[in-house]
Amino acid sequence: MDLINALGVLLSSEALYISAFQLGVLFVFAGAGEWVAERAGTLNISVEGMLLAGAFGAVLGYHLTGAIAVALITGCVGGFLVALVQAEMSHRLTANQFVVGLALNVLVLGLTAFLASEIGFGPARAGVVRIPLLVDIPLVGVALFGRPWPAYAVYLLVPFLWWLVFRTRWGLEVRSVGENPQSADVSGIPVNARRRQAILLTGLACGYGGAFFVLGQVGVFQFGMINGRGFIAIAAVIFGGWTLRGTVIGAVLFGVVEAMTIATSVKGYRVDPFILDAAPYVVALTVVMVFAARVRQPRALAQPFVRGLT
Amino acid sequence: MTTTGTEPGSDPDAVDDRRSDDRPPDDDAVLAAAQVSAATSLGGAPAGVKVRRSVDDRLVEVGLYVGSILLALLLSAGLVMAVGGSPTAVFSALLDGSVRSPGAWGLTITTMAPLLLVAGGTIVATRAGLVNIGQEGQVLVGAAFAAYLAVRLPGPGPVVLVAALVFAAVGGAVWAGIAAGMRAWRSVPEVLTTLLLTFVAFGLITYGLRQRWLIGDRDTSRQGRVNTGEQIPFDTRLPDLRIFGNAIDSGAIIALGVAALLAWMMARTFLGARIDVVGLNRRAAQRFGISEKPLSAMLLIGSGALAGVGGSVLLLGAASGDRMTIGFSGNFGWEGLLVALLARNRVLLAIPMAFVFAALRTGSSFLAATGVDRKMTDVVQALLVLALLLPPALMFIRDRRRAMAATGGGG
Repeated sequence: MDLINALGVLLSSEALYISAFQLGVLFVFAGAGEWVAERAGTLNISVEGMLLAGAFGAVLGYHLTGAIAVALITGCVGGFLVALVQAEMSHRLTANQFVVGLALNVLVLGLTAFLASEIGFGPARAGVVRIPLLVDIPLVGVALFGRPWPAYAVYLLVPFLWWLVFRTRWGLEVRSVGENPQSADVSGIPVNARRRQAILLTGLACGYGGAFFVLGQVGVFQFGMINGRGFIAIAAVIFGGWTLRGTVIGAVLFGVVEAMTIATSVKGYRVDPFILDAAPYVVALTVVMVFAARVRQPRALAQPFVRGLT
Repeated sequence: MTTTGTEPGSDPDAVDDRRSDDRPPDDDAVLAAAQVSAATSLGGAPAGVKVRRSVDDRLVEVGLYVGSILLALLLSAGLVMAVGGSPTAVFSALLDGSVRSPGAWGLTITTMAPLLLVAGGTIVATRAGLVNIGQEGQVLVGAAFAAYLAVRLPGPGPVVLVAALVFAAVGGAVWAGIAAGMRAWRSVPEVLTTLLLTFVAFGLITYGLRQRWLIGDRDTSRQGRVNTGEQIPFDTRLPDLRIFGNAIDSGAIIALGVAALLAWMMARTFLGARIDVVGLNRRAAQRFGISEKPLSAMLLIGSGALAGVGGSVLLLGAASGDRMTIGFSGNFGWEGLLVALLARNRVLLAIPMAFVFAALRTGSSFLAATGVDRKMTDVVQALLVLALLLPPALMFIRDRRRAMAATGGGG
């Protein structure tokens, strides 16, 4: 019963919840942001590049000004710029969205590594803000309420996105262009403009997520530091069946899985760390396999819209 | 509007030639569906019905290509200057490293081989509308399979060599096969699964390198053997061809042979035609009695197999090291995919594209002397990819505008 014991030790360790929450914040920002783009009909695979650009923008902003608040903004700008190229190329110039996304991921990876090696960044870390009383909750208190302060934005992001997508006219139009762009077009909704705006929103959210990851978790910019987590965020959207609630649950779940792989090696269990590296992806694959056929994706997902065709 | 790779004889011109005829309304729907479904494939730009271009239009298209490539190069040069380097020195170093210095072009052709193999498989899968973006993992798994067999199978070198190449194909096929199976039975988008599998492969291969019973080095006396594989015996490596003082790996012959075979298959065989029909129009394919799912699964597996062979050529040839290491695939998979995209899904066009990418790779080893980081070549590659996406997209928009004007805006 070693396994159950081990699981017990893991689940009762505060460190697990802390790193789960930290990674969860990254996945929620990236996943919920990607969710908006997918509801608008774009299977946006440049999340990875947006996150990395966000992280790079954040350290660059911190390097120049020394203020965390500025770093968060420049992080958002980094994600936004990647989103701008993705949006303009795939939904104005009608270039293929996967190709654009893939090329952007490569471009951001190379560009950030190149520039980072030229500039040479120091560490950049946001201060911890402990919320009184709540932080004293045993086991999960510090994980949820004793975090670097940029993390708390996650509590605002999810309700905000829900309100934006389900309670505003803009949100209704975004959902309609993801379901049936032809009808939306006939109703006078600028289909590709809505899709571009949705991608830009994704870029802002991912930029913030990447900025938080470097300022709140890693503390220093590293080459390729996102390391495939953007794709996990996409898996979270599929896991969530293209609902916001499900996406957030998926993001948190993937955060827990990755945190467990970290905690396992810290606690000294004799599992090869490289097997554990693969674990989040194996979980993502399994989850996607189980859920993909059961849920209904936006009908026009990954279908480009050109007026007069179809 | 341009076509993303329909050679004469293979493309479903049957659909296209009836443009001016009176058609029942349903054919319009099929035609439009063909255009849209083609646009969702990885082809780089919306593909669809062929339009015969006037000379003027051709000139505009060529001008756009020249202009956007120049733009990408200018941006790269600006970046080099921004970090205090000299663009001409960088360009000259790239040329030296890739073709000018002694033995350089042989190495570039050798490096081209795995890229071309990966790209060839990708192109065929993409022509059927599939989005395989997990080549990096498939290359890695293929190389690992080859590494396992090459040091274990007793027998004469050449036999082991061929067996290792075949086994690598099996490895790549198995890895892509997981995605193919999930697509066929659970309708999971292959764009996601192939990619996630790449990250699984990274973990698994690293694990395998730490286990002596898998692909880890069994020679316990060697220094620094942690996380590395066993050296491939000399007689099971791909032999070199020596031409004018350049050593060209025989892997290049394999790659060119495969490319020629694939080009012939796409252009001249019924299978190639069926692949294009499925890629251009799922509904038309159904009417022709082509079952999409088995064909797609087969093509995904096939492209994985070719990526696997690419990995083994990397291992058994001279393009990379002579033993497995962590991250052995060294972006050959990603770059092979980009080559396929840039070749706009034409197999023969992939050969020069693969050469350009290989040249950037071999040339980058000469960059150190110019003081510019070699990551710069990654940036140049990505900018080139984005630049080459522009002209077909712009031409497409131009054609659409004209068509809309001609039909009174209704389309």
